[in-house]
Amino acid sequence: MVNDSASLATGLRSALAALSADRVVARVGAAAGADSAPAFAIRGLSLWYGHFQALRDITLDVASRRITALIGPSGCGKSTLLRCLNRMNELIPQVRIGGQVLFQGEDLYAPQTDPVEVRRRIGMVFQKPNPVPKSVYDNVAFGLRINGYQGKLDDLVERALRRAALWDEVRDKLRQSGLALSGGQQQRLCIARALAVEPEVLLMDEPCSALDPIATYKIEELMTELKRDYTIVIVTHNMQQASRVSDYTAFMLAGEDRAGALVECGETRSFFTNPRDKRTEDYVTGRFG
Amino acid sequence: MSRPPADTAPRPAGVVHSRRRAGVPTHRRPGGTAWRARRKAAGRAYELLCLAATCVGILVLLVLLADILRRGLPTLTWEFISSFPSRFPQQAGIKAALVGSLWLLALTALFAVPTGIAAGVWLEEYARRTWLSRVIEVNIANLAGVPSIIYGLLGLGLFVRTLQLQRSLLAGALTMALLVLPIIIISTREAIRAVPRSQREGAYALGATRSQVVWGIVLPAALPGMLTGIILALSRAIGETAPLITIGALTFIAFLPTSPLDPFTVLPIQIFNWVSRPQPAFHAIAASGIIVLLVVLLSMNALAIYLRDRARRKLQW
Amino acid sequence: MTLAPRPDARPGAPQRRSLRRPLRRALRERFVEAPLLVAALVSIFTTVGIVAVLVFETFEFFHEVPLWRFLTDTQWTPLFSEKYFGIVVLLSATVLTSFGAMVVALPLGLLAAVYLSEYASPGVRRAVKPVLEILAGIPTVVYGYFALLFVTPILQALIPGTAVFNGASAALVIGIMILPMVSSLSEDAMAAVPRALREGAYALGATRFEVAARVVVPAAFSGIVAAFMLAISRAVGETMIVAIAAGQSPTLTLSPLVPIETMTAYIVQVSLGDTPYGSLEYKTIFAVGMALFLLTLALNVASQSVLARFREEYP
Repeated sequence: MVNDSASLATGLRSALAALSADRVVARVGAAAGADSAPAFAIRGLSLWYGHFQALRDITLDVASRRITALIGPSGCGKSTLLRCLNRMNELIPQVRIGGQVLFQGEDLYAPQTDPVEVRRRIGMVFQKPNPVPKSVYDNVAFGLRINGYQGKLDDLVERALRRAALWDEVRDKLRQSGLALSGGQQQRLCIARALAVEPEVLLMDEPCSALDPIATYKIEELMTELKRDYTIVIVTHNMQQASRVSDYTAFMLAGEDRAGALVECGETRSFFTNPRDKRTEDYVTGRFG
Repeated sequence: MSRPPADTAPRPAGVVHSRRRAGVPTHRRPGGTAWRARRKAAGRAYELLCLAATCVGILVLLVLLADILRRGLPTLTWEFISSFPSRFPQQAGIKAALVGSLWLLALTALFAVPTGIAAGVWLEEYARRTWLSRVIEVNIANLAGVPSIIYGLLGLGLFVRTLQLQRSLLAGALTMALLVLPIIIISTREAIRAVPRSQREGAYALGATRSQVVWGIVLPAALPGMLTGIILALSRAIGETAPLITIGALTFIAFLPTSPLDPFTVLPIQIFNWVSRPQPAFHAIAASGIIVLLVVLLSMNALAIYLRDRARRKLQW
Repeated sequence: MTLAPRPDARPGAPQRRSLRRPLRRALRERFVEAPLLVAALVSIFTTVGIVAVLVFETFEFFHEVPLWRFLTDTQWTPLFSEKYFGIVVLLSATVLTSFGAMVVALPLGLLAAVYLSEYASPGVRRAVKPVLEILAGIPTVVYGYFALLFVTPILQALIPGTAVFNGASAALVIGIMILPMVSSLSEDAMAAVPRALREGAYALGATRFEVAARVVVPAAFSGIVAAFMLAISRAVGETMIVAIAAGQSPTLTLSPLVPIETMTAYIVQVSLGDTPYGSLEYKTIFAVGMALFLLTLALNVASQSVLARFREEYP
């Protein structure tokens, strides 16, 4: 009985997905001819907070090992969309989700899918750096410990800090509190923490909005470095940042009922110089938002 | 004892009134100068009245402490602390009561602290908004307002009679544990709620399970606040008298309890017993007993305030 | 590296790991939650226990004493050979001391709250609040001592004919005891008044007095009422002060200067004696406790519903 209803739900979802696929399908990865199948295939995704619909019918492919930027004015649902990709929205009570998100072909929202496992493989960096009030070392080791690593973690911690381009700055202060670092260093510490558990994807929710330009530059440099190994999705309200770092850009806008929807997406190069949609053009040329 | 830290929202500081406004001469404005002076004086009088009301509490506290010290200090000797009670005030002491209070404190903490923390964690981190969690919440709020003597009747009916624990330390500690449980749960929840959501999300995003987030992130960060609440709850338990009288704790005990099933007395009951006697000599040793009780309570409070302030300084997210 | 990471955890390696939840972990998570839930249910068991014990013994009591005698007798003498069971005697004493306590605590607490919320500098607040917290934490037996041995002699000197045990000194001291509660809860209510409301009044040229008296207190009114009701409930349930200072002679009187016996004091009086289990005296304390429980419960519930409405006003 349980199985029946589960498969029924899945069937419904794929039917919906097929329906919406006929419409504006934004196959960024496919369009670019990227090396492989998309990392994420988002199909007809809608999300409600209680009665309020925050996302409407989003269909989008996210290319593997590329940087995809989600841009749009505040309140357009770009962070909400990002948080759908590792099921973080479930931590908020009263959230309902419709549609489908496939990660490497697996349905993230299938009943038998484990959100914990999802988040282990899809890492996230937040708007405001959020290291725990422990030492730099323990911040990085925390993720490793909860993922079952035991014993000496020194090498793994060092490797993660190196990958996050932070090692040289903190090698002498591993025992100091992570909260004692500067904002930019804290953010890179959070990136190191995420990288330490070896995810396949890094979701970044306006990672530079609390940082100064130099710290921002360092993070952007780091992202370019990381995309060789990771799929990166970044939410930003900074169009310059999107055009600087991303390979693909998706533009979102809230409709009249404030539900966020996808307007346009494509390769970043042509996206900013040659937008297809009038609203995108207005936005990227700074007429609103 | 004290309430857990309420949020100290900024209040408007003094608002500077501009006395001069362009154009209109002061004496021609509605009301006139005399009226405004009277208005100002009324405001001043009201402020002084409020200040006086605030001072009443402080004044009473000072008078109370002074009276107790004046009466109780002369008889507060080592003999007093190390003697058993006696029919003769000169020979009476608080040994059994003090030891009984410490026993009761330890046993109460043993029952109430784990239960209170666990309940607080469940309500904050596990419970969905169902009828069950709402019922529990409302129930806890109501329990916090039930008079302590009612808990005594519960202890008498349930622990002393039904469970046949008699007038033992165990019965007293279980009663006290139920009495302070709402306080511990409420302060645990407040401490947990003070942990920023970003901390939880950071851990969840690394693939932590709920219990890993609770044990690894939330509880360590909430610990100082929880400790403060626990200490304050336990200091309430140490000062309570009525429920223990109701379950029949004895007032005259000339031996030390050796197990949780032994009969016992506690400091407040001993003090009550001495206060109720007509002879002034007993009133004096009651005051001495109060000094000991207050020293215990104030040091517990100081510890709670210290922990609270240290936590505030250390954890600045 | 002493420990190799999971083989499938290398970045970019083809993923074959399933996203399914490992059964063992799911079980472990359930295992962790179960005891926590049980702990949360202890509070429910407590309430059920209180109600069950009170209802059971009260039922037994009314088996022997008809309800109408409990409600209509004008004497309370269950410990004498000629027994009367008029709860009104104990209730009137409780009302008398609680009312007296509120006469003390209500104006003082409200004014202190206005001072702390509207006038006091942050430094003064930092100094005063801990003192009030200490006042709130003093054991009630100490207040009882204070009432009997400090306040009563003063009353006797001021008003000749005052008995050693009397309602007035107990009421005064209960008032002092609940003062911190009244002032801090009222202050919380005033702090919840939006700043914009105050600033609007200041912008119209109102003085601080006018803002406090005509804007803040009215705006916080229901929150303050809730605080008062909670304080009354505390005064009603107060035991040691009345047991020590107000006496143990059940008298139906309005005079605050003679010995009386409140509901709580009666429970203490019976508990101190060696009352045999199952005797009528034993059952009376549960009947009295039931009345006390219902009274305080009504006050608490009323306070909470008023407060809930207040919170809706200023979320």
